[in-house]
Amino acid sequence: MTLRILLLLCLLTPSAYAGRVDTGDPRLDAIFRILTGNHFADKAEALAKLAASPHPKRYELLEGVLSGRLRVLKKSGRLVWATKKGHKYLATDVLSGEPLGEFKRRKLKKIAINNRLRRVIRGILATRDLDSGDPARRLKSVQALLANPSPAQATLLAPRLEKETDPAVREAMQLVLALGRLASDAPRVRLQAIAMVGDSLQPVARQALVRLAASDPDPRVKQAAQDALGKIEDRVKLFAQIETLFFGLSLGSVLVLAAIGLAITFGVMGVINMAHGELIMLGAYTTYLIQRLLPETTGLALLLAIPAAFMVSGVVGIAIERGVIRFLYGRPLETLLATFGISLILQQTARTLISPQNVPVANPGFMSGSWQVNPVLSLTYNRMYIILFCLLVFAGLFLVLKRTRLGLQVRAVSQNRAMARAMGVHSARVDALTFGLGSGIAGIAGVALSQLTNVGPNLGQAYIVDSFMVVVFGGVGNLWGTLIGGLGLGVANKFLEPWAGAVMAKILILVFVILFIQKRPRGLFPQKGRAAEG
Amino acid sequence: MHRSITLRRLGLALTTVATLAITAAAQAADTIKVGILHSLSGTMAISETTLKDTLLMLIDEQNKKGGLLGKKLEPVVVDPASNWPLFAEKARELISKDGVTAIFGCWTSVSRKSVLPVVEELKVPLFYPVQYEGEESSHYVFYTGAAPNQQAIPAVDYLMGQGVKRWVLEGTDYVYPRTTNKILEAYLKSKGFSAKDIIVNYTPFGFSDWQSEVARIKKFGSHGKKTAVVSTINGDANVPFYKELGNQGISAEDIPVIAFSVGEEELSGIDTKPLVGHLAAWNYFESVDAEANDEFIEKWHKFVKNDDRVTNDPMEAHYIGFNMWIKAVEKAGTTDPEKVVDAMIGVTVPNLSGGYAAMMPNHHITKPVLIGEIQDDGQFDIVYRTPEVVGDAWSDYLPGSRDLIADWRKPLSCGNYNVKTGKCSGQNY
Repeated sequence: MTLRILLLLCLLTPSAYAGRVDTGDPRLDAIFRILTGNHFADKAEALAKLAASPHPKRYELLEGVLSGRLRVLKKSGRLVWATKKGHKYLATDVLSGEPLGEFKRRKLKKIAINNRLRRVIRGILATRDLDSGDPARRLKSVQALLANPSPAQATLLAPRLEKETDPAVREAMQLVLALGRLASDAPRVRLQAIAMVGDSLQPVARQALVRLAASDPDPRVKQAAQDALGKIEDRVKLFAQIETLFFGLSLGSVLVLAAIGLAITFGVMGVINMAHGELIMLGAYTTYLIQRLLPETTGLALLLAIPAAFMVSGVVGIAIERGVIRFLYGRPLETLLATFGISLILQQTARTLISPQNVPVANPGFMSGSWQVNPVLSLTYNRMYIILFCLLVFAGLFLVLKRTRLGLQVRAVSQNRAMARAMGVHSARVDALTFGLGSGIAGIAGVALSQLTNVGPNLGQAYIVDSFMVVVFGGVGNLWGTLIGGLGLGVANKFLEPWAGAVMAKILILVFVILFIQKRPRGLFPQKGRAAEG
Repeated sequence: MHRSITLRRLGLALTTVATLAITAAAQAADTIKVGILHSLSGTMAISETTLKDTLLMLIDEQNKKGGLLGKKLEPVVVDPASNWPLFAEKARELISKDGVTAIFGCWTSVSRKSVLPVVEELKVPLFYPVQYEGEESSHYVFYTGAAPNQQAIPAVDYLMGQGVKRWVLEGTDYVYPRTTNKILEAYLKSKGFSAKDIIVNYTPFGFSDWQSEVARIKKFGSHGKKTAVVSTINGDANVPFYKELGNQGISAEDIPVIAFSVGEEELSGIDTKPLVGHLAAWNYFESVDAEANDEFIEKWHKFVKNDDRVTNDPMEAHYIGFNMWIKAVEKAGTTDPEKVVDAMIGVTVPNLSGGYAAMMPNHHITKPVLIGEIQDDGQFDIVYRTPEVVGDAWSDYLPGSRDLIADWRKPLSCGNYNVKTGKCSGQNY
C-alpha cells in the first residue's frame, strides 16, 4: 500500500521544466512541445511533421536536433542555437539570429532523442542529400538508404541513377536497386539480381542471399544464391584472417614499444626495474600536459610530446639510477624491491599532483577512424600509426646502439665492464646514460599508449608484466629478440583469442612462455659472449 | 644545561599530547562519529575518492543545519587503498578504535564481502552505494545502490522494446558481471530468445586491446537482426572499448551498447563524440530535470570548488543513504546502531530525480530506473524512465534463489527465508 502511494507521489512530482516553447509560430510550438517532452513514441511523428512543414529552416532545425545544438531556453521558451563557451553556453535565437547571451547548461533544455529518432532524422536528411552537388554527400546518402532497405527506394533512386555520373555513387545505387529486385516475384529478375549483388561484400547483400539460399521457391534461384553465398563466405574468411593478422601485429607493436626500453635497462644493463611501467606513465602524462598547453592543435601537441616525453622520462630515469640503483648493482633482489617502491611513489605522486582520475588525452583527427578497405575489412588508423611508430622507434634505437659512440660504449660496458673501464670508458656515466636512454624510450612508449588506452596512475602496472615477458621471451640483451618476440606473442594472442576468449588466450600465452623458457632459458635469440655466461 | 632543555622540551611535548588527548576525548563526547571507508589510493581511488568528498559535503551540510540530536557529526576518513583485506581491518579500526556509529563505504563487491563479517560481528550498519549483483541481504548492510532488477532487467526490457533480437553480454571477468549475466541469460531465454542469439564473453580487468572483441561483435551483428551489447565491463577497460567501437565505425544506431558501469565520472575522461547514442542504465543521471538535483549539483560544485566535477549515480545513493540514516537516528532518538538498524525500515526520503526512496524490509531501496543515451558533452539524455522499483535481494531468475526472500522485520528477521520450505537458512550471503 505504502508503495502504491509512493508510486503516485513520484508520478505527480513536477519536473523543473514545464515544457514551454514560444517561437511565435503555433505549428512549430506544437511540434517542439512534443519534442521536448518525454514521449518518444510521439516524437517520430513530430519530426516527420517538421520535415513535411513548409518552414524554410526545417532541415537546419532537424540537423540541430540531431547534433544537439538546438535547445530551448527554459525561461522564455525560445528556440536557440547553443554554442559551448568555457563552462557556459552562448545562445542565439534560431529564428531571428539575435544573440541572447550566455547561459549555464541547466538553463537550456536539450531536445532528447534516442537512436531510433536519430535514424529517422538521418533518413530524412539522406533523401535531401540525394540531390546534393557533392558526390561524397550523395554517396553517404545512398549508403544510408542501404542501411535500411525498403521498396520505396527503387522509385527514389531509379530516375537518379540515369543522371548519376560519379562511379562510386552509381555502384552504390545499383546495389540498392539490385537488393530491391531480389524480392521480385519473377525468378528471372531474382536471378539477374543475384548476379549483380554476387560479388558485393555488403552485409545487407549477404543477408538477402542467406534468405534466398534458405527458402527460395525456385530451385535455380536457390542454387544461384547458394553459389554466390559460398564465394562471398570464402572471401569474408580470407579477409577475417588478414584482419586478425593486423590485430596481432598491432598488439605486438604495443608490446614491443612497452618492452623495448626495458630491453635496454634489463636486457643490456641487467637491472630489474619495476618502475619501468611508471616511466611509461610519465610519458603519457607528458602528452596530456602538452595537450593542455596547446588545446587547439592536438596533432602538433602529440608530435611535440614525443621528444618531451623522452626528456622527462629520461631525466627521471637518470635520477633513479644515480639516486638509488647505482648503490645496488649486483644485488638484484634489493634492486627489485627498491624500484618497486619507486614505482609506488611515482604512482601516488601522479595521484596527488594531477588527479586520481584518469585524464583525457585527445586523439588528433588523423588518429581516429579507419581505412575501409572493403565492407568486411577496415583497418583502424590509430593502430596503423602505432605499428609504424614502433618500427621507427626500433630502427632509431638500433642505429643509436650500433652507430654512435654512446652505443659502442653501452655495448662495451654490458659485455665486459672491467675491460671497458680499462680502455678508458667512464662506466658510471655510461650506466646513467644507458638507463636514461631506456627510460626515455619508455616515455615515448607512453606517448603511443596515451592514444590507445587510459592515461592514469595505473597505466604502468598494466604493462610491466607484459614487458618483462617479451624481453625474457625474446632473449635478454637482444633488441631483435624483443621485436620478434613482441610481434610473435601479439599475433599468437590474437589468433588464440577468437576461440579461447581473451582471458584464456592470455593464460595460454603465459604458459607457453614459461614452457619455452624451461626449454630455452635464454629466450629466442640468446646473447652470445662472456657476459651472458655470468 | 643542554640536558635540562631537552627534558623541559620533552615535558612540554608530553603535556601537549595529554591536552590533545583530553580535548579529543571531550570532543568525542559531543560529536557523533561517522566512518567513511573509501579507497583514496590504488586502482579504485578513481571512483571512490568522489564518494568520500560527497559524504564530507553531506556531513558538512548537516552540521550547518545544527547537527544531529543536538550534536555535531564528525567524519572519520580512512583509506583502505583498494586492498580488499585492508577494508575489513579498516572497518574494524573504525568501529573499535574510533567508535563510529555508522559506516558509509565500499565500491567493489569483494570489498563489501570482506567488510560484511566485521559489521555483523561488531553490529554497526554499513551503507553500500553501488549497483551490485544481488544474492545477499545482511542485517547490518543497507544496499542503497541498485539490485539487478533495478538496473539490468529493465535495461534489457527497454532494448527489447526497441526491437533488439540478438544479444552480446560482454563483461569483465569477476563476480558482478558473471552473476548479472547469468541472471540476464536466464531472463532472455525465458523471453524466448534462443541460445544462438546470445553470446557471453569475458575479458580481464583493465583490458585494453579490444580489436578482436569488437570485430567479433561487428560480425555477430551483421546477420540482419537488430543486435545490442549489454556491457558489464568495469571501470578503466571501458575507455579503450568505446574508442575501438568508434574507430571500427560501429555507431549506436547499428549496434547500441548499454552499460551498467559507465556513468558521468567514467565519461569525463574521454571524447564522447563517437559514443553518442550508446546507452547506460542507472537510477540517477546528472542531467535529471528536477529541482532537488539542481540544488545538489550547485552545492557539489561549491563544495569541491570546481564547476567541471560531475555527479553520478553512486553519489545519489550516498545522498539517499545518508539522509535515511539521519532520519532513522532521529526516529530512534539515539545513535545506538542496533536501534537505528531497526528504525531504518520504512524510512522514506526524497531522491534526486524528483521522487522518493523508501527502505524496504530486505534492506534494499526503491529506485526509478532511468535509461540514458550518451551525448557529445559527456552527459546523458534520459530516454526512458520507470516508476520506482523495489530492489530484490534474491533474483527471481536464478534457480537457487527464486524461492528466497529477505525480511528483517521482527519476528521473521531473516535475510534468507525460503518461502517453499518455510525455513530461514541464516546464510545471508
